[in-house]
Amino acid sequence: MSDSLYTTTLPGSAHWSLRVRRGMQLRFTDLQGGANLAVLMYNPEALLERYNAPDTLKGQHTFKLTRGNCLYSDMGRVFASIVEDNFGWHETVCGTLSEKTLQQKYPVRSYQDHHNQWTLSGEHSFLTELAKYGLTERDMAANLNLFSKVAAADDGSLQFDPEAASPGASVTLRFEMDTLVILHTCPHPLNPATDYPMKPVQIDMLKADPVSDDDYCKNFRPENGRAFENNRLYHLGL
Amino acid sequence: MIKESSRQPEQASFRETVAAGDYFIRTVKAGQTVRLLDLEGNQAADTLFYSAADPAERYSAMDTLREQGNVYLTAGTVLMTNRMNPLLEIVADTCGRHDTLGGACATESNTVRYDLEKRCMHACRDSWMLAINAHPEFHLAKQDITHNINFFMNVPVTAEGGLTFADGISAPGKYVELTACMDTVMLISNCPQLNNPCNGYNPTPIEVLIWD
Repeated sequence: MSDSLYTTTLPGSAHWSLRVRRGMQLRFTDLQGGANLAVLMYNPEALLERYNAPDTLKGQHTFKLTRGNCLYSDMGRVFASIVEDNFGWHETVCGTLSEKTLQQKYPVRSYQDHHNQWTLSGEHSFLTELAKYGLTERDMAANLNLFSKVAAADDGSLQFDPEAASPGASVTLRFEMDTLVILHTCPHPLNPATDYPMKPVQIDMLKADPVSDDDYCKNFRPENGRAFENNRLYHLGL
Repeated sequence: MIKESSRQPEQASFRETVAAGDYFIRTVKAGQTVRLLDLEGNQAADTLFYSAADPAERYSAMDTLREQGNVYLTAGTVLMTNRMNPLLEIVADTCGRHDTLGGACATESNTVRYDLEKRCMHACRDSWMLAINAHPEFHLAKQDITHNINFFMNVPVTAEGGLTFADGISAPGKYVELTACMDTVMLISNCPQLNNPCNGYNPTPIEVLIWD
């Protein structure tokens, strides 16, 4: 993509972390369809401030996340806005694939026998990246699962929708403050596949246009507008 | 689902009323049963649980709702930890269902949800910040203040992926009862929220009862 400042592809069963600056965008693309991109976010200047799923959901009166929604920190600020999305429904309540469940669910591939085709759990993937910043299991809050659709029926029963998988689907996050982003591509814990899905995700970094007064995400709900005002206060004097 | 308890309050080994806006922290031993009683109806009791032996192991909303395959908590729900161990089981529930998606209110999120100038109104997460600093003997820190249960709150999820704030289904005298599977630290904020109907705009006391 000619507009991409940096492009890389995360293979399946992989993890990474990076600091994204305010005003930059990350575009994630599910190349083959059926990927899961798990995301945690922290303020790199104050690591106790982290992505908070309940604040994000209740603030926007939503269970699913798509274009227009903002991803809130627990300090009343926005880490990132979902500015583009053609997948349509991302989830943030089911957590991540534990080591225990990985062992029970899949034929596990060890590094010894399979090298880079080894099968990682979401739990170990997150713990590995978190340790690089002095963070631990206590810092593992509810994560985003991008490209995974989970719905609730009237009686509350949860359904993972494998039919939602879409080759080439992409979602773009615009960062409203500097953010430490922790990522892994291990399968969603409710994915019914009996063989461990190894699905790559392409990541492009792009520069965002300045946020205008009539910005779609800022105006999607009045709550988002107030959160943006908290970001404005946070950056005063910079 | 509604399930009554046969436990008699007169036989409880511990009873304490918690006023609106206060926190409550206590260890519940393995095998003990704790009842949270909504004395006047439609009060939100925001609750966190930790392994007393190692508070890095704690109630996990995500692991609990995913493992039971349902977003609502009620009788029969096993509260799971972040290490996928059972922490407590809900053994009685006369309210019918409880929320674990909505989280606890905070001064910071109140500025987003209601008004930038409401940052000084009292909120659950402020109660928990005071609790952890006033009680260092429990070894809790800010990163341990994570996603809680809202007992007595009704927050339905719609088929289209919305989250709604319906009228409360709790009433005076409704209760929920849990039996501890391991020694557990229970941390409650009796919610002081005045800006939405989770407390019927009238926060009221709850009672905590424990049987051996």
